[in-house]
Amino acid sequence: MTSWERLLPGSGASGELRDLGTHHQVYGRLDLRRSAHVLIADIREAGLTGRGGAGFPSYRKLEAVRTASRPTRGRPVVIANGAEGEPASQKDKVLLTHAPHLVLDGLQVAARAVGASEAVIYVHEGPLVSAVAKVIEARRRARIDPTPTRVVSAPARFISGQETAVVSRVDGGLALPRSVPPPVYQRGVGRRPTLVNNVETLAHMALIARYGGAWFRGLGTEAEPGTMLFTVSGAVQRPGVLEAPIGVDLDQLLGIGQLTSPVHAVLIGGYHGTWIEYADGRHTLSDASLQSVGARLGAGVVVALPASTCGLVETSRVVTYLANESARQCGPCLNGLPAIAHALTGLARGRRDPSLPAQIETLSHLVEGRGACRHPDGTARMAGSALRVFQSEIDLHLVGRCSATAFAPILPTGERPARESVGVGA
Amino acid sequence: MSTLGIDWITCEGRGLCAELAPEVISEDPWGYPIITPGQLPDDALPHVRRAIAACPALALRLVEDDRRRS
Repeated sequence: MTSWERLLPGSGASGELRDLGTHHQVYGRLDLRRSAHVLIADIREAGLTGRGGAGFPSYRKLEAVRTASRPTRGRPVVIANGAEGEPASQKDKVLLTHAPHLVLDGLQVAARAVGASEAVIYVHEGPLVSAVAKVIEARRRARIDPTPTRVVSAPARFISGQETAVVSRVDGGLALPRSVPPPVYQRGVGRRPTLVNNVETLAHMALIARYGGAWFRGLGTEAEPGTMLFTVSGAVQRPGVLEAPIGVDLDQLLGIGQLTSPVHAVLIGGYHGTWIEYADGRHTLSDASLQSVGARLGAGVVVALPASTCGLVETSRVVTYLANESARQCGPCLNGLPAIAHALTGLARGRRDPSLPAQIETLSHLVEGRGACRHPDGTARMAGSALRVFQSEIDLHLVGRCSATAFAPILPTGERPARESVGVGA
Repeated sequence: MSTLGIDWITCEGRGLCAELAPEVISEDPWGYPIITPGQLPDDALPHVRRAIAACPALALRLVEDDRRRS
């Protein structure tokens, strides 16, 4: 798997890439003298898409911010979004811990591409704040960053990393979503055009700026080039963060023949993602391929649910968590998510009400597209997918039974993750 | 042609809009507006404009068709 590893070589486990000298030995120095047009053209040729979940073409976002820039609006701001709110995702924390210079290089590339005068790295409150500040200080002493960079932190909540929440917090407000329009690429921080990119997306940009778009396309699929960081957990030997080309086989990512127990379903994309049937791991992990089962890669979360665990119990626990993580700003989310969570909990606990699945379905449709951010939509998607994938379990629950033989929670819900799950897998 | 946009953060679910423009706005179980999907029919526009003007939270706006969806 070594040849796949671009962002986390040697699985990044050594942590040596935290040192600027080592970083330059491994990747070479970054040349920022090229024009913005050339940088954006390279990223376009690479076919890079956002790695934070939305999967939007990166060059288009860069162009949108660059185009929105006017002398009267002030120069753009670029933000590296490392506020990974998803409890089942660890890849941004691992990347920032093990290879922070790639992210900060990418931030400089993005700043150059859009003509920004200010760069921000945005992370959750906690140990990353001082770690990243140290890295920025080392780079300042080495005088390698033309665009000044600062750290902004936000409470470790699920929605802190939502794009408009990021802008609000960097502006000095609360890390809560704001109403759009206008979109942040037109009017973001200080009413200036603002680029918010996931930290992994920026790390890929740092490599594309060095090695070119054609190099980037050397891995991944034609339609979805490059590698991606996956956070793999559940019934696997070595949970953790793995880098793999987009289009990798699910069974390869989970470790062929190395599952710790039989698996029935896999959560793809995260808590705003989709449950799919495991189907012996015969899935290809690309958006094009997953479309047939209604799933998207999202931010690369892959959880193999052991068949001994009840998918309804797991889903109801996560949806309850997500309902509690609502910013409580928008009526449909504030009221609808707890209602979905309540119905799911009833189903999970064996309340014999055959109308529950239809209630969940109706409520899920009801919250879709009716909020300032996509939190209700994502939560509804996840709940709806559980109704399809755990259909036979629902039938059991409605007659007061449950197939589970194991009861330890699989999907984390907000408590600090166990130490080993933060590490990088092999 | 245009559509009706809602600022969900501002909207308090007071329900005036659904009373003033019932042909395109209904209410969910919690009193928040549900807009009939698609373009607003021209003959609904007078009622819609009345609803926009009456909203105590100023949460409604007309979105012209050519504008980028938020």
